Amino acid sequence: MKLHSILIVAVVAMVTIALRFLPFFIFGGKKETPEVILYLGKVLPYAIMGMLVVYCLRSLPTGGLGAGAAQLISCAVVVGLHLWKRNTLLSIILGTAVYMVLVQVVL
Amino acid sequence: MKHISKDTVKKAFKATIPVMTGYLVLAIGFGILLKTKGYGLGWAIAMSGFIYAGSMQYLTIDLLCGGVSLVTTAVTTLMVNARHLFYGISMVERYKDTGKKKPYLIFSLTDETYSLVCSEESIKGVENPKEYYFLVSLFNQTYWVVGSIIGSILGNIIPFNVEGIDFVLTALFVTIFVEQWLTTKEHRPAVIGVLASVLCLMILGGDNFLIPTMVIIILLLMIQKGKLEFKE
Repeated sequence: MKLHSILIVAVVAMVTIALRFLPFFIFGGKKETPEVILYLGKVLPYAIMGMLVVYCLRSLPTGGLGAGAAQLISCAVVVGLHLWKRNTLLSIILGTAVYMVLVQVVL
Repeated sequence: MKHISKDTVKKAFKATIPVMTGYLVLAIGFGILLKTKGYGLGWAIAMSGFIYAGSMQYLTIDLLCGGVSLVTTAVTTLMVNARHLFYGISMVERYKDTGKKKPYLIFSLTDETYSLVCSEESIKGVENPKEYYFLVSLFNQTYWVVGSIIGSILGNIIPFNVEGIDFVLTALFVTIFVEQWLTTKEHRPAVIGVLASVLCLMILGGDNFLIPTMVIIILLLMIQKGKLEFKE
């Protein structure tokens, strides 16, 4: 039983490591990075950050009205604050504070 | 490790403060949960040291308790962590020529670390980007491991109600998304990322939408190749 647990942890670790290293093994070995990868390296970060934001909010469609409202309001606060002051830490701290108040006290 | 400039250390630390908040809380939670399932400190350190993937580690607790097969374990990990392929693809060029640090930089590329190293803005004014990448990666994993240890040994030591504090990581991603939006006139990649994700989420639900989303994003970006206006 202990052995099986060790093996589970090992498999999770190895698959995760393999996923992280694979692109570098395929595209990173050559002297010149393939042009397509250079292109993706430039445009993907924008698409990925969009994907990550949606990923964080993935419970919205099923999570109920209150929880969804708390997330959307707090996100709006972060966006608005960041457009206004453009101070990363400030946007994150205040946005999180708003969210905590909403989920703990209000909703 | 000879020439680490103080300025780079400071910048790297400042950039990781939001991650520190989120990681400590989530990792403490992970350590506590793991402990209550009968897996103590050694397990917490091994998992946070070698797996080092937040949501997957939480899921691994279920796998351990369910005693699932190794094949199921591998497939589950593949599905949940496939997004890391994406991070690698977009960091191939940036992590080139990072020498001895490269294996660790690749190993430690979590969602949050990726978000801190993926954009040009993140290294603006940084003397030595390679050093910066390394420090950001190392700081983040340190928070994660330390949090797991605290959770496993001490349990819940946080004296106030932290419910909702994990939103700090969502807020981090939103801020970076907005910052990226403001620094380019070419918004199509960002729009593609959001729309593809929302579409797949609505159709497929929260558990399996990431892989199809990634496929659609790559397809759309390849169609747009040559049409996007990026300077440099």
